[in-house]
Amino acid sequence: MARKNIQIGLFIPCYIDQFYPQVGVATLELLQKLGLDVRYPMKQTCCGQPLANSGAEKKAIKTYQNFIRNFSEFDYVVSPSGSCVYHVREHYNILEQTEEVKKVRQNTYELCEFLVDILGIDDLKIRFPHKVGIHQSCHGLRGLKLGKSSELVAESYSKVHRLLEKADGIEIIRLDREDECCGFGGTFSIFEPDVSVKMGKMRVHDHETNGAEIITATDMSCLMHLEGIIRREKKALKVMHIAEILNSNSL
Amino acid sequence: MKGHAAKARQFLSDNERADWQDKALWAVRQKRDVAAGSVREWEQLREQASQIKENVLSNLDNYLLQFEQAAIQNGVQVCWAEDDRQFNETILRIIRDHQAQKIVKSKSMLTEECGLNHFLEKEGIEVVDTDLGERIIQFRNEPPSHIVLPAIHLKREEVGELFHEKLHTEKGNSDPTYLTAAARVHLREKFLEADIAITGVNFAVAESGTVVVCTNEGNADMGVHAAPVQIHCMGIEKIIPRTEDLGVFTRLLARSATGQAVTTYTSHYRKPKPGGQMYIVIVDNGRSEHLGLSAHRNSLKCIRCGACMNTCPVYRRSGGYSYGSVIPGPIGSILAPVKQMKDKQDLTFASSLCGSCSNVCPVKVDIHSQLYKWRQEISEKNLFPKAKSYSLSIVGKVLGSNGMYNFSGKAARWALKNMPRRLIYNKLNTWGWGRELPEVPEMSFKEWYKKNGNERKRQ
Ligand code: SF4
Repeated sequence: MARKNIQIGLFIPCYIDQFYPQVGVATLELLQKLGLDVRYPMKQTCCGQPLANSGAEKKAIKTYQNFIRNFSEFDYVVSPSGSCVYHVREHYNILEQTEEVKKVRQNTYELCEFLVDILGIDDLKIRFPHKVGIHQSCHGLRGLKLGKSSELVAESYSKVHRLLEKADGIEIIRLDREDECCGFGGTFSIFEPDVSVKMGKMRVHDHETNGAEIITATDMSCLMHLEGIIRREKKALKVMHIAEILNSNSL
Repeated sequence: MKGHAAKARQFLSDNERADWQDKALWAVRQKRDVAAGSVREWEQLREQASQIKENVLSNLDNYLLQFEQAAIQNGVQVCWAEDDRQFNETILRIIRDHQAQKIVKSKSMLTEECGLNHFLEKEGIEVVDTDLGERIIQFRNEPPSHIVLPAIHLKREEVGELFHEKLHTEKGNSDPTYLTAAARVHLREKFLEADIAITGVNFAVAESGTVVVCTNEGNADMGVHAAPVQIHCMGIEKIIPRTEDLGVFTRLLARSATGQAVTTYTSHYRKPKPGGQMYIVIVDNGRSEHLGLSAHRNSLKCIRCGACMNTCPVYRRSGGYSYGSVIPGPIGSILAPVKQMKDKQDLTFASSLCGSCSNVCPVKVDIHSQLYKWRQEISEKNLFPKAKSYSLSIVGKVLGSNGMYNFSGKAARWALKNMPRRLIYNKLNTWGWGRELPEVPEMSFKEWYKKNGNERKRQ
């Protein structure tokens, strides 16, 4: 199928919609630049994860159904969030598995994964002359297997690194703990605020001491948490979603 | 705030200590990574171990009978205990039958689970834990804070002080070699005096009736060789079918637990020594009921290596005691609700669901998926506090409807923008305890898209 004939539904998670619209814009622009036919269904809300992770997956069924209704017409659903994509693929198993549900679950992709696996892209010809620390969000890493997690004994790879490495001028810094959780964890951040903040502080510290200017990730939720700490502690670091970097000044 | 979150808060109030604890445990995780990484077929081994356990759990009744028969043929006396009370009484009966007074015990989480020490002490029997870490916490009258490293919460200076008080070592000397030597002298005496030695069991081989105990200090052997009577206590899930399966597990266990290639001692006990007596006590204590919970039986595969604790970013930052259960950490959080779903529900939320535990587990217990499943069950059984269920219902309604979602989003953004800071950052806003809320944008993405996205009108 030629790229322009692929119909893509853009899913923008609720917290990105409400607090980080620029991430949605960057994702949309990037996909459009690549010549894709992208649409954003207006009646979408959320993937339902906040409820399900709190134990209320039954209460999330309406939200799941709304997601399916909005996205079943597309060839692919693309989203700038590994966590939400993982939720759709993994946890929509409680819906009746109609053709529509199966199609949506199979064809929902996290942005980087979509670029690498479906479009076969790994060089977006961008320039990004900064020191960047990559925070590997857990659901993307361990759930979607966007990279090899440090616990496993296997050949190492990372779709996120692959896309960023090629950027002109970028320096990807090494971390002491390459894939430790930031402590966001959805409602975990509210129910266990002390542990959550402690985890976040230690992640920020790792990036800071290793010289990052910018922390990036496939998930804005982790970055919202880390940014909250950075701003509270008045640190010089910045956070940027990976879509914003990948959509930045083309060469 | 109650439960795990409250205890974690307390633990974290000593920031320096918290950092130290995190580092100590992370170092063990790193050693594990190196050790696992040196085995090329590591992932296949994990899979194999998981499959062997799968088979065991599916045929447990037969394997147990096979094991019992083989053990009896070896001249071992086999006892069965349905629960903790029966277990403790069985041990007491054996002790009384031999008119024993002094017991040495090598580390066993099962006896911890059944509260054996406490029970025997009340009966006037001296029980000495002979694993160094266990002895330390026994002196302090504390439960273990970790299943493999029971005294990992203590600094060596604290151990120095404790030994000064209990074993009269030099004041202020906390040199590990010195302290270990002092403990050794103390324990030697206990070994020599003991009438009965009790051990836990790591693996019980069905075909041969052998029990296998893995230790680093050789204390299980010291006890068993010196005392005339030996008792080995095992949960019913410790079975493995054949001797040749053992290698799969021993290769995984020590590497996962401490990063060693193998434990210093892997002791096989098959029959009583000449003139001695050997007992094996097989304990259920809720396990067969657990086995019946098909969604959760995977957790019975656990070989108690502790790797999930060392890797868990929450355990490392809240300490073993914050869990308030015999087995702390990720595995403890999915075991505790088997018996105490309501009381231990908070533990299933003491996780960010990062999944690192499931990835390190040598027998592939899907720990983080289990946590997720427990949360659903707890919620369905209506065991949440009322306020929580109520707010989740509202969230469910809002996220399920486009109109309500758009409206609430707008209202929240308006409020965040216009309300005074002290109202937003109030005590109940736990997010705001250590973090800023995101800055509020002019418009949502949806609003932006309406204006700029050339959305083709569709019905
Ligand atoms: S659940 Fe797995 S990692 Fe955790 S203690 Fe048991 S065997 Fe080890």
